[in-house]
Amino acid sequence: MSGHGQGETGADAIWTTLTEEGVDVVFGYPGGAIMPTYDALSRHSTHHVLCRHEQNAAHMADGYARASGRVGVAIATSGPGATNLVTGIATAMLDSSPIVCITGQVPSSLIGSDAFQETDITGVTLPITKHNYLVTKAEEIAPTIREAFEVARSGRPGPVVVDITKDAQLGHAPRTEPGPRREARRPARPLTDADLDAAAAMIDRAERPLLFCGQGIVKAEASEALTALVERADLPVACTLLGLGGFPATHPRNLGMMGMHGEAWVNEAVQRADLIVALGMRFDDRVTGNLATYARGARKIHVELDPAEIDKNVRVDLPLVGDVRAVLERLVPRVAPAKRAAWNDTLGALRADAEAHDVLRIPDEGRLLGAHVIGDLYALTGGDALVVSDVGQHQMWEAQYYKHDRPRSLLTSGGLGTMGFALPAAMGARFARPDDEIWVVVGDGGFQMSAPELSTCRQEGLKVNIAIINNGFLGMVRQWQELFYERRYVATPMMGPDFVKLAEAHGLAGRRVERRDAIPDAVAFARQSEGTVVIDFRVQAEDFVYPMVPAGNDLADMIRRPRGGAIQGGESRS
Amino acid sequence: MTELRTFAVLVEDVPGVLNRVASLFRRRDFNIVSLNVGRTHEVGVSRMTVVVAADERTSKLIEANLYKLVNVLAVEDITSRPSVTRDLALIRVGADAEQRPAVLQICELFRAKVVDVAHDTLIIEIAGTTEKIEGLVALLRPYGIREMVQTGAIALTRGADEKMQLHEKASREAA
Ligand SMILES: Cc1ncc(C[n+]2csc(CCOP(=O)(O)OP(=O)(O)O)c2C)c(N)n1
Ligand SMILES: [Mg+2]
Repeated sequence: MSGHGQGETGADAIWTTLTEEGVDVVFGYPGGAIMPTYDALSRHSTHHVLCRHEQNAAHMADGYARASGRVGVAIATSGPGATNLVTGIATAMLDSSPIVCITGQVPSSLIGSDAFQETDITGVTLPITKHNYLVTKAEEIAPTIREAFEVARSGRPGPVVVDITKDAQLGHAPRTEPGPRREARRPARPLTDADLDAAAAMIDRAERPLLFCGQGIVKAEASEALTALVERADLPVACTLLGLGGFPATHPRNLGMMGMHGEAWVNEAVQRADLIVALGMRFDDRVTGNLATYARGARKIHVELDPAEIDKNVRVDLPLVGDVRAVLERLVPRVAPAKRAAWNDTLGALRADAEAHDVLRIPDEGRLLGAHVIGDLYALTGGDALVVSDVGQHQMWEAQYYKHDRPRSLLTSGGLGTMGFALPAAMGARFARPDDEIWVVVGDGGFQMSAPELSTCRQEGLKVNIAIINNGFLGMVRQWQELFYERRYVATPMMGPDFVKLAEAHGLAGRRVERRDAIPDAVAFARQSEGTVVIDFRVQAEDFVYPMVPAGNDLADMIRRPRGGAIQGGESRS
Repeated sequence: MTELRTFAVLVEDVPGVLNRVASLFRRRDFNIVSLNVGRTHEVGVSRMTVVVAADERTSKLIEANLYKLVNVLAVEDITSRPSVTRDLALIRVGADAEQRPAVLQICELFRAKVVDVAHDTLIIEIAGTTEKIEGLVALLRPYGIREMVQTGAIALTRGADEKMQLHEKASREAA
């Protein structure tokens, strides 16, 4: 590319290597220490999306990765540019999302001198990356980036930072062909037939078995294998938040989401089960509640790629360490075909009883609730949209009322719970899934954390539909205040701008919806419009996510949806 | 049951690797009693000996988490394996001409060496298990220990150690 006798510059090597890795879009923000790399981009065809804050560049890369299963790339300058990435990196780390972040660093001669915009970003990101690198020589750039991609996507995926000094970017390096891949040196304990036979026997013997579908099912593309197991042995399935879509929500054996805001019948099933087969999940505290009383009657099989998850939170009887799909494919034929009418009928009855009180069945009387918006959005989009949700009450309503039948049809920050994730992640996802309908479901709080990216949408001509579930509150925190802090609403009432005008100020279209019967028109408008559309859904200010297992409570100790036709939240008290 | 457990860890000898291991132990709240790192016979490979206070479940988590570090080549919990464990200590103890014979006698009992003699102090070198060093220190204490430095345990298993040799083979093939 460079025509130099000594090969290409380090900066060119960055782009050449990214191209070799199949990268055609990166998300970033320039600055002094990364300028040689930006300058070199003039000689390469990679598309660069100029975000409005580096955190969002990381979220965009993350959204791209989650939507596609490929590695997403973010790029930033040294110092503040690099530190701005941190929340996005931590978000990717906790949800095992493969991203590579390339940061500029001050020239190697200045490292350690507190030079202008010098931050030890490999030090800062050490505990929140799968691995990171400091590169000080041009010839190390290509091999390091190749290795970074391999580390990011292999095994349990995760974020990798490659910090490259300015002199390395400016230096010259001979072109190198991709070498042999670094070999995994971990002595993986191979799964024996005896292990699998033992698991099958446990399943065969169980009277009240329950499968857990975690994000591992999505990442390992194990949905078909899971369905085969479910249908062979008539097994009910509960999903984690990140496992939603890993097993079809509309499958009769799918119970729905478990945990803090899981449906009551799902958590009851967990507590009543005599066998749990956990597939690609990590028993997060939001899933288990009080560990001491968690699923006490159940023997536990844990199928998981990462051995460091075995016995971390919940002691298991039989760990099966390996790729979830590979394990399932070997396990299914060993399990005896069975019908489990009694257990499934019990669960069905629990579910029917709770569903009869569902808020969507209660007349809305002119009210607009978050659940209405999500439930209707699900119906209006035929369940076919890729939904990217933010963090808060709306996130839980999304998880409860949008039925995800396909893997990678819901992207959300589960582990870190990062507000401001949804809009940039959806923008990244747009590049991975150019033809899919994409909806952002976001609170008024989280939207205000990410709103500057509307400008990026406009500049890039990106189309995402944004549903702001606007309750004028940091709603989830308000819910906790109502429950546990005697309704002292400290720092949760939140003003916002006129979101319709804000959209218009960015050259985008906006709509406001105040009644449930206005939802279809607004959704139709968004779907028909070419550009990004912002819909400000003015939902009831004080509303509740039901059911709720208060943090640390026993899983069965839930605050239930009120019975007898009561509407939710503050209204029911007046 | 929480007890002292010893891990042998082979790591790539690259900048920051000690930091990565230490950061892992800190972040996961694993309790380091001692950590020793040094070169091995292989270029580019360092060996750490980490002694931790942990129960069996935790030590499995420690091993699994160490393997997640990209620079870690091999890990073995050698607690229950027959092994040779040594700690090295240098102890400056007060001993004037009058006390010297008694101190020397203690040293002899422990097979410790006197490596420096000054007017009223001695430097004693002792290699052995941590318990042996503790025993010597207890006996020397009445004479007044002025300064002391200790390496922390290093250990090799007795006989052939499959895991660590597996690694040697792999890295030779790679080279
Ligand atoms: C970056 C960040 N800061 C703070 C929080 C704590 N938090 C969790 S939910 C929430 C409220 C979110 O409010 P909003 O976006 O309006 O959504 P709602 O709950 O009202 O639907 C807050 C502040 C968080 N998760 N992330
Ligand atoms: Mg809100």
